[in-house]
Amino acid sequence: MANIISDETIEYVGILAKLELSGEEKEQAKKDMGSMLDYIDKLGELDTKGVEPMSHVFPVKNVFREDVVTNEDMRDAVLKNAPGEKNGMFTVPRTFE
Amino acid sequence: MSILDMTACQLAAAIKNKEVTVLEAVKAVLAQIHAKEEIYNCYVTVDEEGALAQAKEIQKKIDAGILTGALAGVPVAIKDNMCTEGILTTCSSKILNNFVPTFSSEAVLNLQKAGAVILGKTNMDEFAMGSTTETSAYGVTRNPWNYEHVPGGSSGGSAAAVAANECFYALGSDTGGSIRQPASFCGVVGLKPTYGRVSRYGLIAYGSSLDQIGPLCKDVADCAAIMEVISTHDKKDSTSVLRQDTDFTSALVEDVKGMRIGIPRDYFGEGLDGQVRDAVLKAAEVLKEKGAIVEEFDLSLVEYAIPAYYTIAAAEASSNLERFDGIKYGYRAEDYEGLHDMYKKTRSQGFGPEVKRRIMLGSFVLSSGYYDAYYLKALRVKALIKKAFDEAFAKYDVILGPVAPTTAPKLGESLSDPIKMYLGDIYTISVNLAGLPGLSMPCGIDSKGLPIGLQLIGDCFNEKKLIQTAYTYEKIRGAFSRKEDR
Repeated sequence: MANIISDETIEYVGILAKLELSGEEKEQAKKDMGSMLDYIDKLGELDTKGVEPMSHVFPVKNVFREDVVTNEDMRDAVLKNAPGEKNGMFTVPRTFE
Repeated sequence: MSILDMTACQLAAAIKNKEVTVLEAVKAVLAQIHAKEEIYNCYVTVDEEGALAQAKEIQKKIDAGILTGALAGVPVAIKDNMCTEGILTTCSSKILNNFVPTFSSEAVLNLQKAGAVILGKTNMDEFAMGSTTETSAYGVTRNPWNYEHVPGGSSGGSAAAVAANECFYALGSDTGGSIRQPASFCGVVGLKPTYGRVSRYGLIAYGSSLDQIGPLCKDVADCAAIMEVISTHDKKDSTSVLRQDTDFTSALVEDVKGMRIGIPRDYFGEGLDGQVRDAVLKAAEVLKEKGAIVEEFDLSLVEYAIPAYYTIAAAEASSNLERFDGIKYGYRAEDYEGLHDMYKKTRSQGFGPEVKRRIMLGSFVLSSGYYDAYYLKALRVKALIKKAFDEAFAKYDVILGPVAPTTAPKLGESLSDPIKMYLGDIYTISVNLAGLPGLSMPCGIDSKGLPIGLQLIGDCFNEKKLIQTAYTYEKIRGAFSRKEDR
């Protein structure tokens, strides 16, 4: 395997991805990511100098519209899906002391 | 003909002629679901009560002449990554195990306006990441042609439900082949429309630049009729494209005289099963005999599509799946210390291994220092792949090839080696990268008794050429259906 993923990299990616991996999962992730990157490195064979990165296949322009409310108040219905709700608001863990 | 053997259009016609009532159709398909779900597990949720209630309402509107369309009264199954108001929508993930949307996706609303009866939500690979429907948190779906085999994925529940007569047609979504490949494995027709043809509003995003909703159904006429209903311009999806050429049923014409069909040599190389190759080439021969101009050509860049695709799809997935944070909806971990720990525990417990693998890869290729080398490089390769297709479509109306290198593998054989599984997508994913329409239809049965799929690829917004070619081939091929349960 050409791409060796270090413990630090997996820690860092775990922070970015907001995932907490077990020791076993980390080892597996190092292996999987290494072999995926080896595979992706194949793209390096292609000369893409001067080629613009293509994010959208059609020449589309940004779509603008007036910012007008079209739906009714759905607060109660939306909150029904919340894991925690109090006084018409989402409950979240304390974020500052 | 029994109700269950009817195509969607045949059933709608029978309902219109008062030969069958909507309630009879719903009861027949619910009875089939009761009889077969224990084996196949096509659905995550069956909304029996809702379906029976809808049947009565829709029958009234048909009798009153309000609903007159080609699909009025026909029961449909929806992949579980499309929001349905009031019906559990899980994406086959634990993290959405209790999510009941407050709105319906545009494609589902369009079907309901046309008089569809929503039966329930079909099983899939978790967040549409997979090719076998084995990564679902709600059990595997089995292939109705042989229950020891996978139905394909990620829209495996939709494809299997159509093949097992557990619905009359279904909606799926296709990010890298997720409609076409399960359609191929289950011997049904599937179409991935041009990017922008069908609104993605209410489709829970995986790879937003690649995702597209489309039909899985029994034949090409149904495919055209469903496309006419779901292809609408939607202001709520800024990538939705306004088009006038949505009269897809006008392409149900048995004629391919002068149709220029290109066969990419690169799709017939190493890794392709011999029986699949023979069946696909035989289909090309059939079209040639009907007057199509068939020739081989080199498409090029085929082996670069998979690494480009997995880079882009993983990057978009890592960003799209950030919304699952345990606050607004879905699962939340029970024990945690503070906000960040809650995020991490919720996501780690809520997502399965394949989803985590792709989020990790996506986070890495987007991270500072690697973004240019991986993500931007993949987008540049995407531009080259699009150019290769543009050149091909300057010469050809339709590109013909296999859907997948093999027929459906056995359950449990695919997940251990991710790269091997990803290689199975080699003929389907470049279509998503280039935003093209692709149609999958059965063209034979292998020695194991499993269906073989034929893929027709068109230039952007040329679905009608695909439908015309597919319809012509289907007329010559004749009926294609599963004989009995195995």
